[in-house]
Amino acid sequence: MLRVNCVSKSYPAAERPVLSQASLSLDAGRTLALTGESGSGKSTLLHLIAGLDAVDAGEISVGNVRVDRLDDAGRAQLRRETIGLVFQQFNLISSLDVRANLAFQARIAGRFDAAWQAELAERLGLEELLGRYPEALSGGQQQRVAIGRALAVRPALLLADEPTGNLDEASGDAVLTLMLALVRDSGSALLMVTHSERLAGLLDARAHLRGGTLA
Amino acid sequence: MNGKLLICLSLLLPTPVLAQGFAGLGTEAEGFAPVTAPAEFVFPRDHGAHPGHRIEWWYLTAALEGADGRDYGVQWTLFRQASRPPSDATGWDSGQVWMGHAGLTTPEQHFYAERFARGDVGQAGVIAAPFEAWIDDWAMTGAATAGDALADITVTAQGDEFSYALRATTDLAPVPQGDGGFSVKSESEQASYYYSQPFYSVSGVLTVEGVEVPVTGTGWLDREWSSQPLAEDQAGWDWFSLHLEDGARVMAFSLRDTDGGAFVSGTWITAAGEATPLSGEDILLTPRHVSDVAGRRVPTAWRVEIPSRGLSVDTEPVNAQSWMGTIFPYWEGPIRLSGSHAGRGYLEMTGY
Amino acid sequence: MRVLAVLGALVSHWRRQPVELVTLLVGLMVATALWSGVQALNAEAKTSYARAASVLAGDRLSSVTAPGGARIDLADFAALRRAGWDVSPILEGDIRMGTGGLRVIGIEPLTLPAEAETYQVGAGADRLQAFLEPAGLGLVSEATRLRLEGAEGLPPLATSADLPPDTMIVDIGLAERLLDAPDVISRLVIAQVPGPLPDGLAGRLEVRGPQTSGDLERLTDSFHLNLTAFGFLSFVVGLFIVYAAIGLAFEQRKPMLRTLRAIGVSARLLTAVMLAELAALALIAGLAGVTVGYAIAASLLPDVAASLRGLYGARVPGTLSLAPSWWAAGLGMSLVGALAAGGASLWRAWRLPLLATAQPQAWLGAQRRALRWQGAASILLALGALAAFVAGGGLAAGFALMGSVLIAAALALPGVLAAILAFGERRARGPLTVWAWADGRQQLSGLSLALMALLIALSVNVGVGTMVDSFRRTFIGWLDQRLASEVYLTGRDAAEAEALVAWLDARPDVTARLPIWSAQTRLGGWPAEVYGFQDHPTYRDNWPMLAVLPDGWDRVAAGEAALVSEQLARRADLAPGDALDIPTPEGVWRVTVAGIYSDYGNPAGQAMVGIDALTDRWPDVERLRFALRTDPANAQSLIGDLRAEFALEADQVIDQSAIKDFSRRIFERTFTVTIALNALTLTVAGIALFTSLLTLSNARIAQLAPLWAMGVPRRRLAFIEMGRTLMLAAFTALLALPLGLLVAWVLTAVINVEAFGWRLPIFVFPVQWAILVGLALLTAFTAALWPVIRLGRATPVTLLRSFGNER
Repeated sequence: MLRVNCVSKSYPAAERPVLSQASLSLDAGRTLALTGESGSGKSTLLHLIAGLDAVDAGEISVGNVRVDRLDDAGRAQLRRETIGLVFQQFNLISSLDVRANLAFQARIAGRFDAAWQAELAERLGLEELLGRYPEALSGGQQQRVAIGRALAVRPALLLADEPTGNLDEASGDAVLTLMLALVRDSGSALLMVTHSERLAGLLDARAHLRGGTLA
Repeated sequence: MNGKLLICLSLLLPTPVLAQGFAGLGTEAEGFAPVTAPAEFVFPRDHGAHPGHRIEWWYLTAALEGADGRDYGVQWTLFRQASRPPSDATGWDSGQVWMGHAGLTTPEQHFYAERFARGDVGQAGVIAAPFEAWIDDWAMTGAATAGDALADITVTAQGDEFSYALRATTDLAPVPQGDGGFSVKSESEQASYYYSQPFYSVSGVLTVEGVEVPVTGTGWLDREWSSQPLAEDQAGWDWFSLHLEDGARVMAFSLRDTDGGAFVSGTWITAAGEATPLSGEDILLTPRHVSDVAGRRVPTAWRVEIPSRGLSVDTEPVNAQSWMGTIFPYWEGPIRLSGSHAGRGYLEMTGY
Repeated sequence: MRVLAVLGALVSHWRRQPVELVTLLVGLMVATALWSGVQALNAEAKTSYARAASVLAGDRLSSVTAPGGARIDLADFAALRRAGWDVSPILEGDIRMGTGGLRVIGIEPLTLPAEAETYQVGAGADRLQAFLEPAGLGLVSEATRLRLEGAEGLPPLATSADLPPDTMIVDIGLAERLLDAPDVISRLVIAQVPGPLPDGLAGRLEVRGPQTSGDLERLTDSFHLNLTAFGFLSFVVGLFIVYAAIGLAFEQRKPMLRTLRAIGVSARLLTAVMLAELAALALIAGLAGVTVGYAIAASLLPDVAASLRGLYGARVPGTLSLAPSWWAAGLGMSLVGALAAGGASLWRAWRLPLLATAQPQAWLGAQRRALRWQGAASILLALGALAAFVAGGGLAAGFALMGSVLIAAALALPGVLAAILAFGERRARGPLTVWAWADGRQQLSGLSLALMALLIALSVNVGVGTMVDSFRRTFIGWLDQRLASEVYLTGRDAAEAEALVAWLDARPDVTARLPIWSAQTRLGGWPAEVYGFQDHPTYRDNWPMLAVLPDGWDRVAAGEAALVSEQLARRADLAPGDALDIPTPEGVWRVTVAGIYSDYGNPAGQAMVGIDALTDRWPDVERLRFALRTDPANAQSLIGDLRAEFALEADQVIDQSAIKDFSRRIFERTFTVTIALNALTLTVAGIALFTSLLTLSNARIAQLAPLWAMGVPRRRLAFIEMGRTLMLAAFTALLALPLGLLVAWVLTAVINVEAFGWRLPIFVFPVQWAILVGLALLTAFTAALWPVIRLGRATPVTLLRSFGNER
């Protein structure tokens, strides 16, 4: 499903490469935790897989698609239809209400499914909040909207970057449990960046980044 | 209908009813000088204008021939019309409207031009002696030092593609038409004052599309004025002037009624200038051939018979398309005669 | 579908930020309104000129005239016709009709060339017949018909849409009677000139080709160029608002744009949708702007029409009638403006990096680069201005000079302000003060555009104000010199004038009776007036001479020399001692230029000659007007006696002060539009400043939050904000003063000379400056108030959130 092969990436300002010959793979329907110290390149690797940034060297395939060979429009299409993204900072569209935020990606991907949408809203406990705007939600609620938005397209691959990083432990656990259950039911693969060993343990497998390389 | 056309229509038609005869000549004429017998012409006074009468014209036609025997015809006309009964107004407001027509016919082509002027400002006018009739740069100018003021005239006119300069001379005096110059035009006694000078010898130069052609021939000047020359039911006329080879001259006209009848009249003029009126019983005018001219059906070949004088001639137009496409359009052109007499002439047909 | 979803997300921003949306729309609307309003004024006037020029197809027909504007003998018309010239006579003149004049144009429909039949005389045979009858028919525009309704001595009236106002076409016979001009004509028109004039006429008449641009259009050209220049200035200043508003929206929507990109909207689609959004906003604002522009034009038009009439005698209707193309052009201008102002934001959206990197100090490098770039551009433009001044001639070069000066100064402004702030920062003591200066520098990047707009608006205000006030002062002094006589008198006709003269000569209290007779001619291709004057101390002592030969007055009195107006001297490049050829009905008259005098406000050239020389060469000149010298205390009783004796109408006898009043009124109206546009421009600059501060205030919260966290009260922070804004505005206003003087100099020494042909001395008006600086501070205060209040009221939660949201 996801194959990362010998990927390197460095930034002009940094002294040494962020990623160096990193490789990993993830099969369809499986979940993988990506762990490592601050600055070990976890988020960078996630961004590269999502096509938010371009590799210096190496190959990344999602399904049959070589992400590193796509142009901007191709990468946009990949993100729209194949990938769901959940960030630490929620990244909701503040001027749209919860209902519109939830449906947004599915609508622009042309995959809006009202039944699935309703199920997501129900299982994420957002039914009472659909008319509210993001600023009126708690952190946990916002992240549940973000997860719902990402899963609404039934992505083949869900990428999550510290999805509970801004939440207290209790609500973080609740959100994560919900997310894992939904991922399992929707048949998506999950790559989750986390620095928490405890959370990493909840997933099928784990990969650890150190010095830009996967151990 | 362009503005200029409307201008002229309204000037020449003091009433807006267009149906009353050709060119409005059959309309009422209250306030204008009447036409009564006898005529009693006094020359040169009557060569000049008669502003008390509603309409008047100086009308020269010339049947001409080039050095190579080709036929040509020339027309020079100045019409005067008073748009209102006479008053003491002068200048722009004198109420006089002037219209000039010039025509030049060759066997293949026919050219015409028209000019307009109004008032008493020098753009157009007629002076009896020394004689001069003019509109813009067209002029008929008397040069006679003795005898009648019209015995020796020069005539010039030009259009876009033609011009002519002719000299016409004669030893004979003008000839009164009708009853000593009183010419009846209908059964209901519409009439005009009418005299002619039918004996001109003409020579001069035509310029046709830039080419000069010296010509000679015979000319005929008509002078006529009236206040209501046509009856209201008269729609047009056919007018002949014949220059017979023996020196005699014939004038004949037929005024057609709207109901199909006609008022026919004429004059026989001997070579010495003696005129005898002819009545409708004396004259037979029969169309022989009808041509398509400017989208109309016009009889361009005729038989003219005056049995009392042993005359029976067929007329043949020099150019059947001698159409004057002026604001009041009509047919006017030179003709050739054959039959009992040879000769030339001019034919004018209106109201077709 | 996707497009709609993206558009919906983008538009949802405006629902949450209605004030910004309104600012953007208002900015664009104001810019469009000012521009299209001025265009409407110009278009209306131009249409009037074209209509006046095309009456009787003057733009397509040649004409035959007599030199020196004399009338032509009717016999010459007949002579030309008989020589084969297809000419048609025109007799025209003005008659008094109630409150205003009426131009009577007599035509002769039978000979009139077909090209000239545009006034629809032939709209119907009945109408034409009425036109030609002795009672006649007058063709006028609808507005003129309403004005003339019930007037006596006129023919029945019919309307013709194509006619200029206050103009009546009648048959030439009727015109003769209305104008009391028997057997003469003003000119002859002809479609095709057949060749040289015939012998015998060649000396007395001359042929002129079709006049594609009438004299009016040439004379008023500079007036309209002035309007256009101010309209464009307002437009550009308006675009500053739009630029600021679009920039603000972009900054605020940046997170949304990133999110949209992250979940799969391509850069191309995003940019395209933003472009469509911008275009839609531009069209909405453009529609409103064009409508408001129409209203502005409609409210200014009476003043414009009045000053065009007063200055140039141009007949412009007081109501607008605009072509659809004008509306389209207004919308187009709005679109172009929006794209120009929004282009940068669109470009940044297109290039938006998907991953935001935190660069808290990046502003400093960016600002340095911007300042360097602006400084270089400013120097280049200043050099360009210098080149335009040295090499250029003509009004366009004058405006190029002014534009370059203004933009160069505007571009230099941020650099100058940055230097001032850096200096302040070095001199500052306490930490908060140091921060205040330093933070001001950071803020400068965001504010500089608005401050540039303010600088331009202020300096143009100073410049135009200085020019207008200098002109007013000069003009009034000049009026005192020019109008030295106590009473001015005009006879209705020659007979009355003669009777007046006889009566006056018997009055011992009238110390001098000076003729004011003039003839129209053309000097150096321009319409000009030749005045005859009687040698008298009234002139020698008072006339506003700029230069004069030592024996100049004697030579003029002797009839061998002429005095010329400044305009004429500049246009024909004349200096005292030069020769001048004056066309007269008696032939060309060569005189020496004995002196030059100022003649403000007169678009036509003017020359003054001895009265006998005038009447010798223009024997038919109207001898109706006189200036009377008398004891000023006696003037009113003299006027009273004159009125009683001759039953004179109000404007036939006028005292000096009334004439001065009248001249001043024309003067004031001439500048009404300029002053109005000036005020509007300053308002627009204020809105630009407000928008910019609004833009900044959101970002400010993140910058102020740390200070608040460290214990600076919000009220204190708000005071600092306000103080800094006022300080920046004050510096800008102070810098605007010298720039304004430069603008005033360009206006008076370059543009006025090119546009009107006269030069003015500059006077300075410090009180006016103080008012403007105060106005600038007030503008800045008002503009800063709302953002500062928002800041002062910001809840702790808002401030806290800025930590969480910091990218």
